[in-house]
Amino acid sequence: MSGRYEIRFSGAGGQGLILAGVIMAEAASIFDGKQAVQSQSYGPEARGGASKSEVIVSDGPIDYPKATVVDALLALTQEACDKYSHDLKEGGVLLIDSDLVKRQPAGNFKVVSFPIINTAKNEVGREIVANIVALGAMVALTGVVSKESAEKAVLSRVPEAFLELNKKAFNMGYEKAMAAKK
Amino acid sequence: MAKKVAFLQGNEAAAQGALYAGCKFFAGYPITPSTEVAEVMSAELPKIGGKFIQMEDEIGAMAAILGASLTGTKVLTSTSGPGLSLKQELIGYGCIAEIPCVIFNVMRGGPSTGMPTGPSQSDVMCAKWGTHGDHPAICLVPASVQETYEEMVRAFNLAEKYRTPVMVMPDEIVAHMRERIVFPEQGELEVINRTAPTVPPEQYKPYDTSFGDVPPLAAYGSGYKYHVTGLNKMQDGFPTTKAEIVQAEEERQIRKVEANKADIMKWEEYLVDDAEIVVVAYGSTSRSARFAVNEARKNGVKAGLFRLQTFWPFPEERLLELSKKVKAFITPEMNLGMCHGVVKGCIEGNAPVLGIFRVDGEPINPGQIVDKMKEVK
Repeated sequence: MSGRYEIRFSGAGGQGLILAGVIMAEAASIFDGKQAVQSQSYGPEARGGASKSEVIVSDGPIDYPKATVVDALLALTQEACDKYSHDLKEGGVLLIDSDLVKRQPAGNFKVVSFPIINTAKNEVGREIVANIVALGAMVALTGVVSKESAEKAVLSRVPEAFLELNKKAFNMGYEKAMAAKK
Repeated sequence: MAKKVAFLQGNEAAAQGALYAGCKFFAGYPITPSTEVAEVMSAELPKIGGKFIQMEDEIGAMAAILGASLTGTKVLTSTSGPGLSLKQELIGYGCIAEIPCVIFNVMRGGPSTGMPTGPSQSDVMCAKWGTHGDHPAICLVPASVQETYEEMVRAFNLAEKYRTPVMVMPDEIVAHMRERIVFPEQGELEVINRTAPTVPPEQYKPYDTSFGDVPPLAAYGSGYKYHVTGLNKMQDGFPTTKAEIVQAEEERQIRKVEANKADIMKWEEYLVDDAEIVVVAYGSTSRSARFAVNEARKNGVKAGLFRLQTFWPFPEERLLELSKKVKAFITPEMNLGMCHGVVKGCIEGNAPVLGIFRVDGEPINPGQIVDKMKEVK
């Protein structure tokens, strides 16, 4: 399975995790010249319920589009963390929202935790960009796409009126994760 | 000039493929997990002088595309299992009246409303046997975003060339998955248009077999007047119960597809030449299978993949041929054995067929296929 890097964004429906996955994959596939596949799994609810978005990045063609052994997992809710952490690999990256995920899964993971949603709400200014804060953090922690490509991908996906807000969110997440990693 | 690329969802690629093929009319009723097709068509069709209609229900959408097609327009509807069930009466009408149209159906859990957001492959038999009576069936089962685009173009070509409804059926994973796509340039992919009549209106018969098994189809509004019915009909389109005509016409409709299987069927053989175990798979499951075959080869297991790109017509002859030299077939699929049964039915007991069936809304993962290979003696 070498050459495959598997990332899972999870949380509740409505938190924008599918979009975060799409942007990560787009950064890899369109801006970084790698191969990427993004897929998703969600319940019938428009909001709420556990939701996940998976991104596979590789230098070569990607056959199986879903995760096999997860290299990096984001969990924005306790439910998602409980439900989607079973196949996180030994030594894998686990990014959690420190306000919302109190019980960590057992295992030897590189756990990074900071108040992601609170950062979006109070430091960036809008809770709605929590997914972009989380994306910035995942880019920092995984290193699977370049920061420049990820930022370009973010900006190509958001409406013009919100460019600055999203740029701020992305960079805030990136820096917080870099600091937390140390 | 560099080709245009994008990071697209299967459903979005399907809509773009339809537009490339020249589709100018869409009627549908939104349904998860195919709604994105309707979204893209509603945004794009008005820009090119096409028409988008959100109908009152699924069968209404089917009726609308059949009517629109008879005006000489390339037409599309999109749906998912429950909607496919509701359309069946008029799919049969499209078959007997020989009206070109494309039905894009994303497979989700079933029967009935089942599991709306979960993946499935359980509509493949419905593609052939959903509507009653003997009728031709063409069903394409793409496995990637790029292939969904290209097979949509081919679906329109087949519908126009053989004057019959064509189904394109990705599973939910392929439909909702996003991948990089390279858009073909204009002229790069073949686009087939309907054969119009060469005779004047007063001599025109809509089912005139003197032009071959696929009679030219006149566009309503172009001065040609003819009768269209769901009853068995004569060459002029009016109903008949004359035994010899009904028998001959039914057989001709089947023959349009059966005699042209080589043109319609598509499959891919990956490491099949020396394979002792051949995995027969389609859609997203074929991607798990390719992964599994590669893993197995690393461990010295002679495995290969037979990837169906068309489910109907089914490549019976080739599988029969392979069955004489393989130890076993494996059929992984997100249903309880639909392809499995068809494979068994065409290989005359020459080899065992081991099934892997999942209907729990989870994909079949490569590990399951690798494990199944170990059961082959």
